[in-house]
Amino acid sequence: MNPATGLLRGIGRPSLAALAAIGRVALFAASILGHLLRPPVYWRELGTQMLQIGWFSLPVVGLTALFTGGALALQIYSGGARFNAESVVPSIVAIGMVRELGPVLGGLMVAARVASSVAAELGTMKVTEQIDALTTLSTNPMKYLVVPRVLAATLTVPVLVGVGDAIGIMGGWLVGVTRLDFTSVTYLKNTVDFLEPWDIGSSLVKGAVFGFIIALMGCYHGMTSGRGAQGVGRATKAAVVAASVLILAANYLLTEMFFTS
Amino acid sequence: MITLSGVTKSFTTNHVLRGVDLTLASGKSMVIIGGSGTGKSVLLKCILGLVPHDSGSITLDGQDVRRAERDAFLARFGMLFQGGALFDSLRVWENVAFRLMRGATRRPKDEARAIALEKLRRVGLGPQVADLYPGELSGGMQKRVGLARAIAAEPEIIFFDEPTTGLDPIMAGVINDLIREIVVEMGATAMTITHDMSSVRAIADDVAMLHDGRIKWTGPVSEMDACTDPYVQQFIHGRATGPINAIR
Ligand SMILES: Nc1ncnc2c1ncn2[C@@H]1O[C@H](COP(=O)(O)OP(=O)(O)OP(=O)(O)O)[C@@H](O)[C@H]1O
Ligand SMILES: [Mg+2]
Repeated sequence: MNPATGLLRGIGRPSLAALAAIGRVALFAASILGHLLRPPVYWRELGTQMLQIGWFSLPVVGLTALFTGGALALQIYSGGARFNAESVVPSIVAIGMVRELGPVLGGLMVAARVASSVAAELGTMKVTEQIDALTTLSTNPMKYLVVPRVLAATLTVPVLVGVGDAIGIMGGWLVGVTRLDFTSVTYLKNTVDFLEPWDIGSSLVKGAVFGFIIALMGCYHGMTSGRGAQGVGRATKAAVVAASVLILAANYLLTEMFFTS
Repeated sequence: MITLSGVTKSFTTNHVLRGVDLTLASGKSMVIIGGSGTGKSVLLKCILGLVPHDSGSITLDGQDVRRAERDAFLARFGMLFQGGALFDSLRVWENVAFRLMRGATRRPKDEARAIALEKLRRVGLGPQVADLYPGELSGGMQKRVGLARAIAAEPEIIFFDEPTTGLDPIMAGVINDLIREIVVEMGATAMTITHDMSSVRAIADDVAMLHDGRIKWTGPVSEMDACTDPYVQQFIHGRATGPINAIR
């Protein structure tokens, strides 16, 4: 084989495979939207999933935000000191937390926690024929399993991100008043003065998009899991990796959309 | 009536079904026998549309199963999966009552639970297991819960994939009687896969033997012993030597 053909083939194969995968995920997402619009809606499942995905992720997201906010305050203080701009700490912590770190780190932590568990759960159900059993019991697995998870994540992750933003700012404030020489009042006043409504709005929109991505990847990889324990293991890994990478990519695109004009 | 003609199914290079022709009359009990891995479970899944077949046709009362309205079609069936396939996040009684509590004919919780307990009783399980989770049951108990779930909504057509494997001989007898009863008293149509020849004799009106992706022999159970087909003879007598290669 001549090297040029080999090279083309080496580029072509993976590209085609990637495009095919994107196509399958898009069809899967479209089918979710289709099922979302047609009854029945399984409210109890939705409630359970909101609890599982939203409420039980609070500790992880909260701790992540707290430490990140604190570290950010220290960094900006020592960096700002190089050009006598220590006073920017509160505003930069707030903007950095709300616009970027809150949604991205929160999203990644939820991805690690939720995409993996959803993929493992659905994958196990697939390999033990529970999904087939659902179908034979006249219950559509997309409606009963997938829609509640996707809806729950899309609704609760923005709330988680909002709470994370607030906790992150609090982390910065804690460090600011205990370790650095800010007074509580100036710190909070600076935070409030510099934060704009759209900073918060964009944060929540990012949260919703990331939530959708997390559940979509978890469900897609779970529902298409290969056979046996190994298949479930692969599906879980793929779900977390894909969700994380897609969150970072989507974050860039959203930031480009929201903040460049 | 379910009719299969020329049904084929391959998984990549593994040609599992190579042209299955089979007719299952309404109100009859058919048993499918055949070596392990010959595609018996796949055959049931093809009929239900869980696994799409490659070519050939499968009809239910003359209508192609692929064109049937899915919900109405599936509402006529009950299925016991080979591995039980119980929902491990739901309690035993919720598994059994799953269909009763959903869909167009949904019943109130108390009524559904009462029906579930009655079905559990019929498969030899007491009310004490109703509130356990499937993971807390033995393999044979899980199988019987799966059986109770398959018959809970009293479907017209019921598929049993190895209903008695993993059960003690007495319990196997109870299950054989139950399947017979469902066919005779409720007029259901049953298709059962089993490796247990005493089950075959207890359950079957008709027997079909699947080998090499085709139906090797089919006929009434009364003719099975007299049948001269060497494949059937080797199978029902469990001989290691004969036309079927035991060691591959
Ligand atoms: N989803 C699948 N993907 C790939 N191959 C499959 C799949 N399901 C079944 N097979 C293959 O089809 C063949 C028949 O499987 P099937 O489960 O129908 O066997 P069986 O006759 O029910 O055997 P047993 O009596 O052991 O239950 C096997 O070789 C199996 O590997
Ligand atoms: Mg089988």
